[in-house]
Amino acid sequence: MIAALGRILILASLFASAAGALLGFAAGRSRSLDGLNWARRFAYLYAGLIIGAAFLMEYALLTHDFSVGYVAQVGSRSVPTWVTIVSLWSSLEGSILFWGFVLGAYVGLATYFTRGKYVEYQPDAIGVWLSCAAFFSFLIAGPANPFLTVSPAPLDGPGPNALLQNHVLMAIHPPFLYLGYVGMTIPFGFACAALLKGRLGHGVLKPLREALMLPWIFLTIAIMLGGWWAYEVLGWGGYWAWDPVENASLLPWLTATAALHSIMVVERRGILKGWTVTLVQATFLLVILGTFMTRSGVFNSVHSFTQSAIGPTILAFLAVALLFCIGLLAFRIDKLESEGRMEGAASREAMFLVNNLLFVLLTFTVLIGTVFPLIVEALNGKQMSVGRPYFDSMVIPIGAVLLFVLGVGPALPWGRATSEQVKKALLPPLATAIVFAAVGWFANIRSFWTLLTIAFGGYAAHVTLGQMFLPMLQRMKRGEAATTAFVEGQLSRGRRRFGGYIVHAAVMGAFIAIAVSSSMRQQTELHFTKGQTQKVSGFDLTFLGADQRSEPHRTSIVGRFAVARDGKPVTTLEPRMNQYEGMREPIGTPDVHTTAGGDFYLALSNIDLTNQTTSITVYAAPLVVWIWISVVVMGLGALFGLVPSRRRAAAASQVREPLPEGATETA
Amino acid sequence: MTQETPTETPAETITETDRLRRKTRRFMFGAFGVALLAFGVIAASGINNNLVYYWTPADLRANGDKAYGANIRLGGMVAKGSIKQLGGSAVEFDVKDATHVVRVKTTSVPPQMFRENIGVVIEGTMTRAGYFESNRLMVSHNNEYKAPEKGHPMDRKELERMMKAVEQGNS
Repeated sequence: MIAALGRILILASLFASAAGALLGFAAGRSRSLDGLNWARRFAYLYAGLIIGAAFLMEYALLTHDFSVGYVAQVGSRSVPTWVTIVSLWSSLEGSILFWGFVLGAYVGLATYFTRGKYVEYQPDAIGVWLSCAAFFSFLIAGPANPFLTVSPAPLDGPGPNALLQNHVLMAIHPPFLYLGYVGMTIPFGFACAALLKGRLGHGVLKPLREALMLPWIFLTIAIMLGGWWAYEVLGWGGYWAWDPVENASLLPWLTATAALHSIMVVERRGILKGWTVTLVQATFLLVILGTFMTRSGVFNSVHSFTQSAIGPTILAFLAVALLFCIGLLAFRIDKLESEGRMEGAASREAMFLVNNLLFVLLTFTVLIGTVFPLIVEALNGKQMSVGRPYFDSMVIPIGAVLLFVLGVGPALPWGRATSEQVKKALLPPLATAIVFAAVGWFANIRSFWTLLTIAFGGYAAHVTLGQMFLPMLQRMKRGEAATTAFVEGQLSRGRRRFGGYIVHAAVMGAFIAIAVSSSMRQQTELHFTKGQTQKVSGFDLTFLGADQRSEPHRTSIVGRFAVARDGKPVTTLEPRMNQYEGMREPIGTPDVHTTAGGDFYLALSNIDLTNQTTSITVYAAPLVVWIWISVVVMGLGALFGLVPSRRRAAAASQVREPLPEGATETA
Repeated sequence: MTQETPTETPAETITETDRLRRKTRRFMFGAFGVALLAFGVIAASGINNNLVYYWTPADLRANGDKAYGANIRLGGMVAKGSIKQLGGSAVEFDVKDATHVVRVKTTSVPPQMFRENIGVVIEGTMTRAGYFESNRLMVSHNNEYKAPEKGHPMDRKELERMMKAVEQGNS
């Protein structure tokens, strides 16, 4: 019953999206307002149908209707309710349906919020969005159908993959990742529409930027959550291994970040238009490539939970999208005329360009390292991977230069600057850089790259903080009280600027935390018998014993450890081995004592219940928690910058750059 | 990307700036090309030096001298009756596939599930002394992987999947 209804909803969504896409493109050509209105109605219809299908699946999961194929595959009566709810994205078919759900929400909201505006671009944008939607509805209807009927229906199912049940972070990481990934469809639509129209006017920059910023925030948080999950669950004491699946989430993030910066240059100077739309398109293509890599089973990594035959279908879609983008760029990029030019090497726009080139370099580095083994395997069947040292040795230097540019860029003025101005802007922060490096040296850091990162971080901190509070300081100079100056200058006006510098400050924090925590990490392997105490990384560690604990869906062997420092008890840590039903091997879960100064991390290698002995690996690393905090602040800063401020509403009506002749802007 | 047509400058200045601009542009493209080439060379050599091979004991033997010093992820089954504790956390055992056997010495603490007749992946390199030296021993986390029947050699596909599936990092 539910299965049949689900299939009907999916087929209807396929029809609605395909028809809406055709209407959108037709309305784009004929400039028919009626056509646009119909395309919008179909967009809403698609959104309603696909969202309805996802809710139907949730209903089937919650009511344990095992006659629905996907429920029979991942459902179980013995798992907690929250696991049942998140089962929707725990396996391939459900996760593609979840993708459709998110896309439906994005398309619906984007169509709603752009109603009556950007009439020039909207029909084509809707056409592009709904074309992508049609592809995913096709995937759900055909190769990855979750609504197949199972007959006779089993009485119970196996439950979702145990690694997903092992930590609550796994319930929130995928939604963020999907909100980030799928959301890149919306700016892609605007970029393609601009190319189809052969014009990237000032008015469409605002929706393009905002449509890019929102998924960027989700993707940023998602990458952090994925790393944090690996850190809390996998037990090797790290959070990033340059695993293909991790790289898949990072690649579109890199190009999206580059695009967010180049859009600012387009806004200010009217240059880099073609470059910007290329970056937005590349972001979407990398999203599809990432989906292919993680969802097709070509890579097996610790994060890839599903394999199936949808790989070729996604690859075909990637090929079509790539050809479409290349074709559009080849025929239309010349039409996106520049309205200004680069004034000099020591200007802010030049630094934006350097920033962009560095991001693209990073993208290529990671892309080559990720895809190379795939190509080798496809060509001669040999199995290999690119080791971590490649990524580290390439990414660390580029990242350090990027951090330096993050400091230099905002210090320089737009346009032309005299050498006097440049000196005045660039020399004072050097003092802060030296102070930071000295602090690092006295904290016993001897790694060259870490010290350099700290010094560049200090340089960037000086510039960023100075720029961040510039509006407030200017107001105070004019005699305003500090609080009014702060509220007026930072919070109610110029939010975008303030938000941007918050993101920069957080990036700085993240860079320093990553560099320090990875270069100062200590790793010790220890063997314990019950009651034994050993000294490790400044702590006294006592093995109190091993217990067995039973829960409905798993049995755990827990090693209890008392942690003390200088004779004073600090905490008790309980790393464990979890044996899930239906799994051959136990999964270890480490336990971490987190403080602002650093983490103390215990992972069981093996534990013997009868003899009460255990082997563990102890990791001690400083500042780890600041990585998570910094990334959350990055997201919050960007979100703050997205909230419209009073001044921006006023500024939108003022056109800073002249429009091309004969152009009518509908923003 | 930076093309524009200045409209209100005298004719001779246009040609002057045009020539200058073309020169700058040629220079920019040249510099960009050189930088791209340098990047390509660095990246290629970086990849080449850091390849990790996924081999079974048979692959390892087939590659002969290439195995010495290379980064290898060796996948196979722990041979029955071959496990020997070396004191501390060190262990010595044989890894086998259908046709070949390799002696392994590892300093890594064996994971909980480590025992005879289980599929393992060992990261390390072949030494000229004739054994495989490793500081990393892993048992697959992949729950789709089924234990082979007792005494049966593992099938190649399963092995490859397992070698890729074990957790990475920590190198």
